[in-house]
Amino acid sequence: MSDSKTYIMDFSLSKQDELFLQMIREFAEKEVKPLAAEVDEQERFPVETVEKMSKIGIMGIPVPVIYGGAGGSNQLYSMAVEELSRACATTGVIVSAHTSLCIAPILENGTEEQKQKYLPKLAAGEWIGAFGLTEPNAGTDASSQQTVAVEDGDNYILNGTKIFITNAEYAHVYIIFAMTDKSKGTKGITAFIVEKGTPGFSVGKKEKKLGIRGSATCELIFENCVIPKCNLLGKVGGGFGVAMKTLDGGRIGIAAQALGIAQGAMDETVKYTKERKQFGRSIAAFQNTQFQLADMETRVQASRWLVRVAAYKKDKKLPYSVDAAMAKLYCAETAMDVTTKAVQLHGGYGYTREYPIERMMRDAKITEIYEGTSEVQRMVISAALLK
Amino acid sequence: MNMKIIVCIKQVPDTTEIKLDPVTGTLIRDGVPSIMNPDDKGGLELALQLKDKYNAHVTVITMGPMQADDILREAYAMGADRAIHLTDRKFAGADTLATSNALAGALRQLEYDLIISGRQAIDGDTAQVGPQIAELLDLPQVTYLESLEFDEKNTFTIRKQTEEGYQIVQVDTPCLVSVLSSANKARYMNVRGIVEAHSREVELWGVDKIEVDHEKLGLKGSPTKVNKAFTKGVKSAGQVFEVDDYEAVEIIVNKLKEKYIL
Repeated sequence: MSDSKTYIMDFSLSKQDELFLQMIREFAEKEVKPLAAEVDEQERFPVETVEKMSKIGIMGIPVPVIYGGAGGSNQLYSMAVEELSRACATTGVIVSAHTSLCIAPILENGTEEQKQKYLPKLAAGEWIGAFGLTEPNAGTDASSQQTVAVEDGDNYILNGTKIFITNAEYAHVYIIFAMTDKSKGTKGITAFIVEKGTPGFSVGKKEKKLGIRGSATCELIFENCVIPKCNLLGKVGGGFGVAMKTLDGGRIGIAAQALGIAQGAMDETVKYTKERKQFGRSIAAFQNTQFQLADMETRVQASRWLVRVAAYKKDKKLPYSVDAAMAKLYCAETAMDVTTKAVQLHGGYGYTREYPIERMMRDAKITEIYEGTSEVQRMVISAALLK
Repeated sequence: MNMKIIVCIKQVPDTTEIKLDPVTGTLIRDGVPSIMNPDDKGGLELALQLKDKYNAHVTVITMGPMQADDILREAYAMGADRAIHLTDRKFAGADTLATSNALAGALRQLEYDLIISGRQAIDGDTAQVGPQIAELLDLPQVTYLESLEFDEKNTFTIRKQTEEGYQIVQVDTPCLVSVLSSANKARYMNVRGIVEAHSREVELWGVDKIEVDHEKLGLKGSPTKVNKAFTKGVKSAGQVFEVDDYEAVEIIVNKLKEKYIL
């Protein structure tokens, strides 16, 4: 029986979960939501929100207390990304990329010195984290890395370019993958921790995107960039494993982001359909609206359970990659489906920027693409079935 | 020596979400979330600011059923150092006087330089408990606090709200202040505080733990009895006249005469 079929029967929230939700919902409502339209419109990284999140520990939720974190569970972390994304998907992905793609690989693969050097500042939000795997010719096919790292005494010399890097302009710590031995294919990939300001490392052009427009997605350029060997993350040649394991965890974050977007769209649509009157009654009084809302809500709730189960398994240290893939696949497709229907239910107004719903539809699309496309998730799920 | 602060807090139904039973006129409490009273949260924030600035030690205390544990955990997650929960069947049915007697009885067992209460609770709106505690403990009190400065010795300079404006007064420790929620913006709970809140100890105190005449507690010690609860009648919308001041006076006088009020 595959690990995805381990059933979890306790659906209740703990007192801790409830207290956390009380805080994060209030924070998202009061601090994040009011900026969402502006962040999108101006393609602006919400620096002030990151500062506020740092102050109360949102930038280091699953980091153990000994490394300056909150010592929280992956469940709490995924709830945070969900609730932040419900208000603003840009804010959600900033936290997700920082936590799942930079903090987690250091926590899971770093040496004690690396953990002590990087985790306290990352957990405090003093430093922001990013992750560089994708290249112009290495997307889903991550094994086609062109970036190379050549050993040179106590250092490695990096050359190459990474693209579509979330948080790029604002990050201080980057997890970078490069080929140390091209002849070995995926076994020739090595992970490095690269700090901002390292000579030879620069941030390139910023992408103009359809959605999550405040998240500062840029190119990273390495030109004879000297990385000391103490910044190797994991073993030489172990980079592909680091990347895949990191992306497994990242998928829980992105699933939670997609779920939050879908929930945000539900909130808006329920409100709007009750207020909007046509033919002398609210459009919520029409059965078409009611049936659509019922289908949308059912998908959102099913998505939520998939995220909860994946996060639960990660917390319990059970195998969770298939669960994370299913959560990401289903949540992303739900976000796209629900936001598209939500725009339709809003009619012409939904197509304008007067309402947040068109932004949510634009934000939803990326969740089907990044940190493994929906097609990659299907590959992961079916591979586990057919092995 | 570090300043010792005790904040009195209360769990209340979130009255912004409360509805009245149209038939009986009573509050429908089912499904209404319970929250830390907003003025009390303002008081806790003031205490935590003094903790940040002067390393004060902050104790929170509440009286209420077991469910009130939630707001003590919330106080821990915001940064409180110690939490005391007065809970005993003998406290049940207390009006403001019996509540003040119970709290004062507990406070007699504790060391403090400053006691903070919220101005009033959103469920009862009496604003009596803070002042009554001060009287029972024979402490100077400053009500309706908007802001506070400390001379780092033993004197607070306080700006207090009045109906006309504000007053600036000075008071020495130990003393009691009652605080408005508008005095400050209460901080968010921090994540580490939330994670640890439920593993920290909340001290449960029954009547035997406090120094008070038991006759003055609970329903027995409550001179206030609710005679009748009713919903205020809805007034008609009234008439609007767009006229100058003089004409307005004339219209009002005529209307009052019509109704034989003048």
